[in-house]
Amino acid sequence: MTSNKKLTAPLSGDVSRRGFLGGTAALGITAASTSALMGRKAYAAKKGGHLRAGIGHGSTTDSLDPATWENGFSLSMDYTLFNHLGEVDHTGGVKPELAESWEASPDAKTWSFKLRKGVEFHNGKSLEAEDVIASIQYHMGEDTKSPAKSLLKQVTSIKADGKHEVVIELESGNADFPYVISDYHIAIKPSKDGKIDPTEGIGTGGYVLENYEPGVRFMANKNKNYFKSDRGHFDQVEMITIIDLAARQNALTTGEIDMMDRADLKTVHLLKRKPGINVMETVGYKHYTFPMRTDTAPFDNNELRLALKYALDRDELVKKILRGHGVVGNDHPISPTNQYHADGLAQRSYDPDKAKFHFKKAGMDGTVIQLSAADAAFPGAVDAAVLYKEHAAKAGINIEVVREPNDGYWSNVWMKKGWGACYWGGRPTEDWMFTTAYAAGADWNDTFWKHDRFNELLLAARAELDSDKRRTMYYEMQEIVSNEGGVVVPMFANYVFAASDKILPSEQMAGNWELDGAKFAERWSFA
Amino acid sequence: MDATLRLLRSAPPTALFGLFIIFAYSFIAIFAPVLTPYGETEIVGAEFEPWGEGFVLGTDSLGRDMLTRLIYGARNTIGIAFLTTALAFLLGSVTGFLAATISGWVDQLLSRIVDVLMAIPALIFGLLVLTIVGTSITNMVLVIAVLESTRVFRLARAVAMGIVVMDYVEAARLRGEGLWWIMTREVLPNALPPLVAEFGLRFCFVFLFISALSFLGLGIQPPTADWGSMVRDNATLITFGDITPLMPAAAIALLTVAVNFVVDWFLHKASGLKE
Amino acid sequence: MAQIMKMVAQRFALGFLTLFVVSLIIFLGIELLPGDIAEEILGQGATPETVAAFRRELGLDVPAHIRYVEWLWNMLQGDMGRSLANKREISELIGLRFGNTLFLAVTAAAISVPLALTLGVLAALYRYSFYDRAVNVVTLSSISFPEFFVAYILIFFLAVTYPVFPSIANISDATPFWDKVYKVLLPALTLTLVVVAHMMRMTRAAIINLLASPYIEMANLKGLSRARIIVKHALPNALAPIINVVVINLAYLIVGVVVVEVVFVYPGLGQLMVDSVSKRDLPVVQASAMIFAGTYVLLNLLADILSILTNPRLLHPR
Repeated sequence: MTSNKKLTAPLSGDVSRRGFLGGTAALGITAASTSALMGRKAYAAKKGGHLRAGIGHGSTTDSLDPATWENGFSLSMDYTLFNHLGEVDHTGGVKPELAESWEASPDAKTWSFKLRKGVEFHNGKSLEAEDVIASIQYHMGEDTKSPAKSLLKQVTSIKADGKHEVVIELESGNADFPYVISDYHIAIKPSKDGKIDPTEGIGTGGYVLENYEPGVRFMANKNKNYFKSDRGHFDQVEMITIIDLAARQNALTTGEIDMMDRADLKTVHLLKRKPGINVMETVGYKHYTFPMRTDTAPFDNNELRLALKYALDRDELVKKILRGHGVVGNDHPISPTNQYHADGLAQRSYDPDKAKFHFKKAGMDGTVIQLSAADAAFPGAVDAAVLYKEHAAKAGINIEVVREPNDGYWSNVWMKKGWGACYWGGRPTEDWMFTTAYAAGADWNDTFWKHDRFNELLLAARAELDSDKRRTMYYEMQEIVSNEGGVVVPMFANYVFAASDKILPSEQMAGNWELDGAKFAERWSFA
Repeated sequence: MDATLRLLRSAPPTALFGLFIIFAYSFIAIFAPVLTPYGETEIVGAEFEPWGEGFVLGTDSLGRDMLTRLIYGARNTIGIAFLTTALAFLLGSVTGFLAATISGWVDQLLSRIVDVLMAIPALIFGLLVLTIVGTSITNMVLVIAVLESTRVFRLARAVAMGIVVMDYVEAARLRGEGLWWIMTREVLPNALPPLVAEFGLRFCFVFLFISALSFLGLGIQPPTADWGSMVRDNATLITFGDITPLMPAAAIALLTVAVNFVVDWFLHKASGLKE
Repeated sequence: MAQIMKMVAQRFALGFLTLFVVSLIIFLGIELLPGDIAEEILGQGATPETVAAFRRELGLDVPAHIRYVEWLWNMLQGDMGRSLANKREISELIGLRFGNTLFLAVTAAAISVPLALTLGVLAALYRYSFYDRAVNVVTLSSISFPEFFVAYILIFFLAVTYPVFPSIANISDATPFWDKVYKVLLPALTLTLVVVAHMMRMTRAAIINLLASPYIEMANLKGLSRARIIVKHALPNALAPIINVVVINLAYLIVGVVVVEVVFVYPGLGQLMVDSVSKRDLPVVQASAMIFAGTYVLLNLLADILSILTNPRLLHPR
């Protein structure tokens, strides 16, 4: 499809990805209903108002420490209080935020970030290179607990060049580094004696922290000194943790809140009919997976993996688990919205005969295969596993669904049991996704997969600057994962959320996270 | 046979109704595989098919036949809940009577153990133990039975305490009757009515406890059909006025009412009132 | 009276023993749970290195028994410690939540206990009448529905269709008192429907159980009215089992309302404890467990004292 940007772009400070709307149109999915809404009246953000958002995440054990951010509530809080070096926009490209611009050496190994001048933290301190360095270093080194540590392993040195420039050296070339350094964990906080205080809520963002009760509510007031003059329209932003689906929807329909995330897919068609409610949908990178441990029997046998890949009716999963709010996956993690998605790769479809054939070839006749699932993995995971069992039964494959407790799913089941359910928020770049979960020895390689050709290609593509060559390599990698990888990727899930019609969302929403890239607080306003 | 018939003829209509429902449910539970048009976990159609030809009560969110799921649900829900309640009562009333009758250090020891068990919120305790030992039907039945037996213990002990200070028990003691004799001949018959009344409700609480556990992902495991999860799965529909989740809930309500009608009749007989 | 005082003192001592055993069980339980706080908080993002670093930071590399003794020592001095997850002072964290929990429980109890007793006495008085049956069917049906479902139905009618009450009860300490009462009415009503049947049926059963006693027969023969017999003669003697059931239900209103808290977004202690268990935040779990256990011990003691006051024979078992 469209290849509008050459890869020289990331080097000059404005990485653009294929347009979000282009992507959705190509998929035959109607674009977010906001554009239809916007058609009726001119887009004009209104200043002021008290926004109340119901968020389906949040636990009393959450904190302001960026290393512990792991759910939708922390993410929204992050983007309300803090800024990052770059931000992902509605096209999927990364734009400078606290950086004014960035430049890379021709081998993409040295990156220098010029910082925006005149930016102030909420406590009045001006943004300088030392703040950026301290904020990044918090996620590096022996003693950090941050999940961003793996991302920053490639960094060999980081130093200031004057007060407003930071130079970062990488161990090998990475054309996508601006994405990596804009990861949501790496929020820029003020430095004190070369260190940040991770637990305090002082940032440069559009709102100043008023009060935060983890697992209950979060309140922030407008930052009058915000450096983006066209963002941050509300006077006050309140986020309320409402875990229960029905409670969240009721709160929205009765006007207790103005907007909510994660609509209930089972009843979203009913919600749409309610007057005064806008249901919105964005296509992103989020996908649901069934990873198998390729380092242990019986999943070390690719015939069995193929048998299981053929034994699943993806269309039915999209229909019944996502209720149509998503697209089928092709057993690799690259979303149709990604720039180098292999469109030419044949879609794997449900084929009980082929599944039976491969199952026999694997010499597995009669064996029971256990599939672990809990709704902690993704909403509807247990149902999806039950459907899988029924589909596989038609191919003579006997799957036993093992329902695991939600409690402790990520530490006790994921990457421990042979085969289970999992989800990935997805990454806007191919390299990031593959490096995180498919490269040999990667921390989150949940299939424990090791493929020499794939790993060779991964390194080559990362440093390759020619877009066409890169595309060829990424296509081949997707094909390898799809045919030989240890993961079943049944579907990519859309983000479905809702707001009252008093809220005016962005004209074009970002799809990297839910709720306009989790940046609704600064991008939306009252209508 | 004649005696049974005479007893039944003397029963009030409510009790007869209760008995009828209980027998009907048992019949359905036992012959579920014969009665159902489809398999328990079989996917037979699209999701949320309307009521009508083929699917009398429509299909659920995955396209399984609702009627079939309801019938199998009777089997799993009633079976498990009754088994658990019965175990809880056996354990709770034996220990409760023992504590009241022997009193002294036995009472102290049992009461303190029960205190500790009851002092920990049941849901948290269930969550802890089931996460540690793993969720299986057997584990769940045992854990819930032990937790519920503490409530039965307290009631049994309290009622028995009132009985063992009665003159007739004193007399039996003086006659030199054994512990077991006193417990079964004196305490049990007199303590039975409140215990039976409690049984009618405890059964319901066990069912609710199982459904609360499935709220935490620990209850009866899918794809097994049980009424608790069937309510939970479709619960959000009720906020839009769709009555689908009412069916399994009504099924359990009908059973509770039926059981308690029979319990009331028993209480009436036991009370010796002639009205 | 002196005997009662002695019993109270004894029970307090035993109460502390109970608390101690509970704290041991909870500690062991959390230690035995697979995974620890470092793994649970980092979740899907955990790697062996970052987990190790997090453990060092929290001091979890110290052996378990030492951590327990330290906790016990601090607790005895009244220091509940800080949450491992976000370093907040636990007394502060829990104080507000427990206040909310109590507030909801008291509101629910204020509605449900008088209601249950009245319905129960009336049901005993007009036993086997249409009224008796109807009350039974309604209350029994209401407890057959899982709590969240009762809540949804109430919300559907009283918040969505006829907007009388707010659908969520997200109160904060800044909420004015009467506003608070208004907001918790719907959750309190839900809880009422959940507990009323149990108390009401026990009242009815306990009273009917006594109606065949010789002294009631006597009262009957004296020609006293049915209402007078039940209220003046049967009820006082039936109080012991009734009090027991009421107390069990009060304890439930305080300890067992997690589901209602979740559905109504009510910031109570139950949700805090479940969150903390699932993240293995031991000091917070321990503190909540101590509060719940303490509540239970106190309520229990209260039940026993009341039972003895209504039936002094219980003081002299032999």
